[in-house]
Formats: sequence, structure tokens, C-alpha cells
Amino acid sequence: MAIARTDNATLFAEGTVSTLRLIVYLAFAVALMVLDHRGGYLELLRHAGSAVIEPIYRLAAFPADVARATRTAVATQDRLASENRELREQLLLAQARLNRLDTLVAQNARLKDLLDAQKNLGLTVQFARLIDVDPDPFRHRIVLDVGSHQGIVVGQPVIDAHGIMGQIVEVLPNTAVAMLITDPTHAIPVVVERTGLRTIAHGSGAIDRLELPNIPISADVKVGDKLLTSGLGGRFPAGFPVGEIVSVKPDNSGMFNAAIAHPSAALDRSGEVLLLHDQPQPYGPPAASEDVGPPAELAGPATARTPESTQ
Amino acid sequence: MSRSRAQGWLFGGSLAIAFVLQLMPLPQLLSPFKPYWVALVLIYWAIELPGRVGLGFAFLLGALGDVLTGELLGEQALRLVVLTFIVLRFRARLRFFPVWQQTVAVLGLLLNDRVVTLMVRGFSGEAMPSAVFWFAPLIGMLVWPFLFLLFDDLRTRLRVSD
Repeated sequence: MAIARTDNATLFAEGTVSTLRLIVYLAFAVALMVLDHRGGYLELLRHAGSAVIEPIYRLAAFPADVARATRTAVATQDRLASENRELREQLLLAQARLNRLDTLVAQNARLKDLLDAQKNLGLTVQFARLIDVDPDPFRHRIVLDVGSHQGIVVGQPVIDAHGIMGQIVEVLPNTAVAMLITDPTHAIPVVVERTGLRTIAHGSGAIDRLELPNIPISADVKVGDKLLTSGLGGRFPAGFPVGEIVSVKPDNSGMFNAAIAHPSAALDRSGEVLLLHDQPQPYGPPAASEDVGPPAELAGPATARTPESTQ
Repeated sequence: MSRSRAQGWLFGGSLAIAFVLQLMPLPQLLSPFKPYWVALVLIYWAIELPGRVGLGFAFLLGALGDVLTGELLGEQALRLVVLTFIVLRFRARLRFFPVWQQTVAVLGLLLNDRVVTLMVRGFSGEAMPSAVFWFAPLIGMLVWPFLFLLFDDLRTRLRVSD
């Protein structure tokens, strides 16, 4: 780089790139990685460069946006009509559930007043859209169009209409990066809805699979069991659907069962997501978590029964 | 003067486009097959303009890529430095290879890049990716002849027009 060479000079100049320089640069890169792994300097750098990064993300997402807009524009009438009907039905169902839940919330508030507990269970949500960029297909990250200017903080749960999608891992001024629950480095504490068994669902690296290793052989887990967030760990509020068990097999050691679950959320299809605010006190005293528990359990079976009762 | 400026635009523009392509999403099914565009473009320029593409340049480019993807600072820098070093070492041979031989060499380079990636991720404690991880280099190989011919054509046109 330092010496300006002409094209001809380097035609057979194989020795111009020395191994020493390679080693220096490799060492530099490794040092950088180690420092970043420990200190997270990349985030600072990204913050500083966000004025450049964010437009590039928008630019990269542009063709996909155009493609989607075109698809919508040329979608056939009856497809739209059927989609509309479907959405209407879903809305009706959701409304029914919501009404049911409203009474529960009111009841809950009344009971809590009686108990003199001030804790607010109401979850406020924030709407966000996906920016369609793909930093790395082997890491399950999504980029959202809201950031610290919109009040997003690291750790906020991301949900869609069907269940938990993931959590925010990085916040830029107008962009946020969320890790999906299927990322291999992600784990989420869950509870089996039917039996109340607590376990942990790990990401598998495949967009449609969650892994639940280390389920005791004696535990009652069946195909079709629904998984909900347990609220343990304080990151995710309790009672949100996470997935459904699709297979249970003994693991290699034969000491435990390993289950595979299908995530409830439409991880690869959602274009809009909700971000939860006001999560229940993460590390509160036991009394506080007791406040959180019963209403969620009450709401769980009630919402699960609603589809039958409304049909 | 204006020829070299046009060359400069082609050089910078191709790298910028490579970065945008790298971030551009593909349908879920195809996304593991996305070639490493930045590496492909860098290989081309390392073969054709070694005066501009040195190890330092590859390092900076990789660091820029890391800032854009936001994973681990230095990962792409390391990968691109290794890649550029090999290309520059064997440049004289690569340059006079027929296109099919170059294509095979590019496959080797991209596979080697995958191995380096795997090492880096292994050391940083990430899970091993699935078998589709190894398909992207094949797509990269298939893209190479077209990219090579396109760029050669563009550069010839720039030369002729002046």
C-alpha cells in the first residue's frame, strides 16, 4: 500500500507480500477479536458509525421491500379476499380472548387492591417492523426499525401474534438487532403447559426447531405439549407461548429424554413484531414473583379454552 | 487521468455493491447459499490490481464488514487477510489460469475461508453450524466466471472509451 507500484512491476513479483506482514496482520486481527470478545468494543464502534450503517441497512432492504410491494400489488383478488377473511376470523377470535382476558385483568386488579399490592401487570408493547437485512444466514438475528431514540433497550423480549420470537441484543439510534430463540447461543426457560414441568429450550440453529435436552426420563412430556415461558430468569414474562413439542426421544446417553419443539412464533415470516416494555420485576423479592404467577396461570387455561368455546 | 478515476469508481463501487449484496436478504430457503460477495470481489481486485489491494487494505475492508454485520470485530478482517495473502502469493499463476482453473482455485479459497471461519467461531465458543454451511463456497465458485468476465469487460470498456 505504501509504495505506489505500476501494474507491470508486480507481474511476477510474488515475493512482494511477505509472510511477516501476514503474521503481523493476523496477530492484530486476533488481538482485536479477543479484545472485542471481552470488552464489546464493536458495539461502541457501531454506535459511532450508526449514521452510515443504518442507511446501508435500509438500502440493502430496499429490493426486498420493492419485491414485497410488487407481490402485494399483483396478488390476485381471491387470494386477498381469503386472506382478509382469515384475518377477520383471527381478529374475532383474538377479540373474544381479549374480552375474556379483560375481565381477568379487572378481577386481578380488584384482588390485588384487596391484597394492597401495587404491582402493575399490564404489559405495554411497542410496534416495530423488520428491516429485511441478513447479516449472516447462520446466526439467527433480525434487524428492527426502532432503536434507542424510540426507547428500546437491550434485553427487551420480542413477540409476534403467535408467541415469543427472541430478545433485543443490540441497540443503535434507529435500529435494533434481536436474537431469535432459535439462535444456537440462545436459551429460554420454559414450562410445559399441561404438566408444569420446567425446562430450558435451546436454539438449534434451524429456524423451525428448538431443542430441549435433559428432560428426566420419568417426566411426562408428550408430542403436542405446548411450551410457555416460565418467567424464571426475569428476561421473559411468564405465560407466553414458545413452541410445541414435535418429538421426544431418549438422548445418546439414555439417561435423559431429548425433545424437539416447533416454535410458535412465525420466526421466518413475521414482518411486524411487538416489543414488550415493563417486564415484571426481574430480581424482585419472592413476594413480587408471587404476584406475577397466579394471574398468568389463570389466564393460560382460559385463553387456551377460548377457541372451543367461541366456535 | 480520467481513466484511472473511472477505474477507481469501478473499484470502490464494486466493493460497496458487494457489501450491500452481502446484507441483502434471500428467501429463507436460499439464504445459506449466499456467496461471500466481498471475498469474490476482493479476489478479483487482488489478482488484477495488487498495487491497491494489500494485506492492510483487506484488513480494513474486513473490519468494515465486521462493523456492518456487528458480530465479532476482527473476524472478517482475519478471513480477508488470509484470503488476500493466498491470492497475492499465487497471483502470477492465478492470473494466467484459464477461467475454469481459476474457478476451481476460487472454490479452494472459499472453502479455506470457511475453515478459517469455523476456527474463529470454535475459539469464540459458538456452536458448529450445520452441513449447509459448506454449500455457499460452491455457489461462490459458480458465480466466479460471470463476475470475472463482467469485470474484465467493464474494465476493457473503460480503457477503450478513453
